[in-house]
Amino acid sequence: MSYSYLSIEDVEVSFQTKGGTFTAIRNVDLKVDKGQFVSLIGHSGCGKSTLLNVVAGLVRPTRGAILLEGEVIDKPGPDRAVIFQDHSLLPWLSVMENVLLAVDKTMPGASRAERREWAMHNLELVHMARAASKRPAELSGGMKQRVGIARAIAMKPRVLLMDEPFGALDALTRASLQTAVMAIQEQLSNTVLMITHDVDEAVLLSDRVVMMTNGPAATIGDDLAVSLARPRNAIETGNLPEYRRARSAVLHFLHERYSNPLDAAA
Amino acid sequence: MDVGFTVSAEDLSPHPVSSISPGAEEPAVPAAALPVARSQISSRFTSIATWLAVRVFPTLLMVVLLLGIWQVACQHGGAALPSPSKVWAESHDVIVHPFKGVSFDTSGYHIEESGEVGVAVHILTSLRRVALGYGLSVIFGVALGILIGQSLFAYRALDPLFQVLRTVPPLAWLPISLAIFQQANPSAIFLIFITAIWPIILNTAAGVQNIPASYRNVARVLALRPLEYFTKIMLPATVPHMFTGLRIGVGMSWLAIVAAEMVQGGTGIGFFIWDSYNSSLLTDTIVALVWIGLIGFTLDRIVGWIGNRVARQS
Repeated sequence: MSYSYLSIEDVEVSFQTKGGTFTAIRNVDLKVDKGQFVSLIGHSGCGKSTLLNVVAGLVRPTRGAILLEGEVIDKPGPDRAVIFQDHSLLPWLSVMENVLLAVDKTMPGASRAERREWAMHNLELVHMARAASKRPAELSGGMKQRVGIARAIAMKPRVLLMDEPFGALDALTRASLQTAVMAIQEQLSNTVLMITHDVDEAVLLSDRVVMMTNGPAATIGDDLAVSLARPRNAIETGNLPEYRRARSAVLHFLHERYSNPLDAAA
Repeated sequence: MDVGFTVSAEDLSPHPVSSISPGAEEPAVPAAALPVARSQISSRFTSIATWLAVRVFPTLLMVVLLLGIWQVACQHGGAALPSPSKVWAESHDVIVHPFKGVSFDTSGYHIEESGEVGVAVHILTSLRRVALGYGLSVIFGVALGILIGQSLFAYRALDPLFQVLRTVPPLAWLPISLAIFQQANPSAIFLIFITAIWPIILNTAAGVQNIPASYRNVARVLALRPLEYFTKIMLPATVPHMFTGLRIGVGMSWLAIVAAEMVQGGTGIGFFIWDSYNSSLLTDTIVALVWIGLIGFTLDRIVGWIGNRVARQS
């Protein structure tokens, strides 16, 4: 049996609803190597978030299992940090305290000073060190998400899960956060699973773009390797033939092979 | 920390107050940079003056107006309700000497056992009962609220009971309360407890139930232990709802104590009202009404203020 770092094996998730059993995803198999950046892309309602929540341990699979370094995952834990779309910062804590909450849980052996230093170091990585004493309400959407990223990477996760991390941001802020994520990824080489709706974001950031079919009972329809050299840059990388090839392959999948189910209805 | 005036000054800034006091427009920082604190004091003074003029003056005007109408309407001989001037004349002693029969020293206050006592003594008795009954209802109300907010089973089991019991008027509990406790004081305390507890339970439960799913997910991803979840997520997220309940509760307990004491007799501000009515001292009753209103208002503001402080800190 070939070893893989993160292995999603024949996962199915069904929910009991009033109208009977609803199967969100079925027969999902995915192997991710250590340090790989994988995007999950698909139309709304295709079960991307469900799959991510299964890996996070927030949703139990009806069938199949998630293996991380050979161990079965059955509950949430800080080794699989999640960056939520709505950032999910606690409004009554300062930026520093929000990050410290995560650091305190993941570095219980360290001294108070060491934990503060580590939290500050991670805030510096996302350029938010200066806002350490501010409350989330005092920050813009992009800044809040930077803090969300700092909180997640401060946990030194084995897998970093990003649930449409820039979905709620405007295009300019989104581009600046993408650059920040690429810079951090250069340094840390995390294993990342990112959900996105944005084709350019997927191609620019990822080593692999995993495309999902439409739900219900969605599964992986295609798996595209993006072999662009790093470091990447939104302007220069965007003009390379490989970028355009990958981009059009994803677009083809999303709009020709599995178009938005609502388009067909119209 | 100075809360009152600085906050008020900010509240006022959209209004055209500059015509009244140009000094209020000056920001505090450059004033502090000046030598000597004189300009600080004067700007402080003008901000207080502005606050008085804008906030207090309309209320004062209205009170004077209403007293005037009351005076005119009740001045004639056959009026059933005593006029303000008559209240002042006949209840002068009650108004001016509220602390008659009470002495203060370092160990607290002492009430003389015999003789007539001032209205403040009755109020202190009532407040002590409220403190006890309300304190108990806060402890049990918050605990029960968290229980039914957190456990769906407990919610389904208890919420219908609470919904029925909370509609029972305070005075309807009095016979049962008297039957159980036999004595006036504990039954009055029980009455406050049973009146104030429902809004505290229901609002705390609503607060717990309305903790956003995203905070719960953060707690799950961080694998917070139950106690950590309780102190770091649940309590701070619930505080605003909780204090809504605590504020309604303190108001209701003040309503209940007056009613309970009116019926039971003995001591307390409720008894004072009933006693003065029975002695045909209607002017004393009116003085007591004013006291009750002011104390109830103060209690409400104290709980509201604590709520704001706690919400800001947590």
